[in-house]
Amino acid sequence: MWWINAKRIIKYGSIGFIRNSFVSLSTILVMTITLFVIGSLIFIGAILTTTLNQVRDKVDVNVYFVTTAPEGNILSLKKSIEALPEVKSVEYISKEQALEAFRMRHQNDQLTLQALDELDENPLGASLSIRAKETSQYEGIAKFLESDAAVTAGETPIIEKINFFQNKAAIDRLTRVIDSSEQFGLAIIIFLLIASVMITLNTIRLAIYTARDEISVMKLVGAENSYVRGPFVFEGVLYGVVAGIVTLVLFYPLTLWLGPITEGFFNDINIFQYYLDNFGQIFLIIMGTGIFLGAVSSYLAVRRYLKV
Amino acid sequence: MIYFDNVSKIYNGSSPALEGVTLSIEPSEFVSIVGHSGAGKTTLLKMLLAEDRPTDGSVFFESTNIHNLNREGLNRLRRRIGMVFQDFRLLPNKTAYENIAFAMEAAGRNEEEIATDVPYVLDLVDLGDKIWNFPRELSGGEKQRVAIARAIVNQPDVVIADEPTGNLDPVSTFDIVQILKKINDLGTTVILATHNKGVIDSLGRRVITMDSGRVVRDDKTGRYAL
Repeated sequence: MWWINAKRIIKYGSIGFIRNSFVSLSTILVMTITLFVIGSLIFIGAILTTTLNQVRDKVDVNVYFVTTAPEGNILSLKKSIEALPEVKSVEYISKEQALEAFRMRHQNDQLTLQALDELDENPLGASLSIRAKETSQYEGIAKFLESDAAVTAGETPIIEKINFFQNKAAIDRLTRVIDSSEQFGLAIIIFLLIASVMITLNTIRLAIYTARDEISVMKLVGAENSYVRGPFVFEGVLYGVVAGIVTLVLFYPLTLWLGPITEGFFNDINIFQYYLDNFGQIFLIIMGTGIFLGAVSSYLAVRRYLKV
Repeated sequence: MIYFDNVSKIYNGSSPALEGVTLSIEPSEFVSIVGHSGAGKTTLLKMLLAEDRPTDGSVFFESTNIHNLNREGLNRLRRRIGMVFQDFRLLPNKTAYENIAFAMEAAGRNEEEIATDVPYVLDLVDLGDKIWNFPRELSGGEKQRVAIARAIVNQPDVVIADEPTGNLDPVSTFDIVQILKKINDLGTTVILATHNKGVIDSLGRRVITMDSGRVVRDDKTGRYAL
């Protein structure tokens, strides 16, 4: 009995899907747009996240040491900084490396290099380049450095300067920009999601509105509610599956075309590569959303007309 | 078999659609209910299908008060009643065959029964050759015959026909009445609501006359008298 009913529900759902081809087509179209919006949001989210991470990675705090600072003190300071929970990484640049980098930077500037050669000893100090996990944590790290006992070797301070205090304004602003762009992005995503879901719900409701007489007849011949509802819900699932496939297929040429552009513009993310790498996940999200939307909208829409 | 006990129905404080209706219908009876539009015929039939609840009084089918039934019981009751409407109410996206098969499926019948019974009832209403036509491809009389076939396919105890000939020409009307008589001869109770004088007079069966929601006459072998 259960199996016969299931078979009939699938059969009539499919028949309804095919015979009401115009209604099916328009519903699938609207649903495709919804799923397309959702898919685009996934891509936009990926671009936003990688871009923000890149910007975040460019921010660091450099501690410059006086030229006479003993290497042992610097390394022990490095250790104690690394122990801080906010710190992601600490890079030590020795005096020699700093000199090397300086020479590289000025390799076309003979005057400066000559002036450097005139000096007996290396005028550059060692430095530590510190990255925090969050941009908002740099202030705390800078404060720690100022107060830490390791900063002094005997009587003379070994730190020449910490560039956080020059960069403070920029870092603060960046922190705010990152926070607000994340919030703004989330708000837009939620808004678009609600709007597109509502449009889909309404479209399916209209499609079922045309079948309200049919539903009342079914009830009058004594059909169970679940039996009346079944074919409509199955039809909704079919809408979702077809719309999902259409969306996934559409994304292929679109991301293929946008891939090089996004790579050039956001320089770390190729949207096409991202689509291929995360296809399984995107497939599940798009198909799952489509099927869920179709089934739930149909279920809710039929419920109105079952009260005979 | 069917018993209306002092049933009244009042819609939103307006004058009553039914007022103190008490009547009983025996098994295998052919009962016509006549009256002007608005006399309460359709409301009376709605009470019987539990499409609507009475404001007062109760309706019994055999010994159950149908307005006390739960949803499941109501579905079972409706499968024992075949309905025929003035506007046919066929499912437009299903063929004649599927329309009838649907009523059988809703009643939980299996595929073999459907495959034998549907052509049989379509033959009974003389539509054996229109089995795969959609309702839009059928004339009014043919649609009504499909509707009757749907109503009787589950071998109901009662067939209720609400103005079944209201949209039909005289020839089709005659056909429909003959089919209803045939169904009654096979032992099914038929309740026919109509205001077609010719139909009533040709039947010569029990006639219940309604006016302003009340039963004003109940004749064993009545004629149309209003």
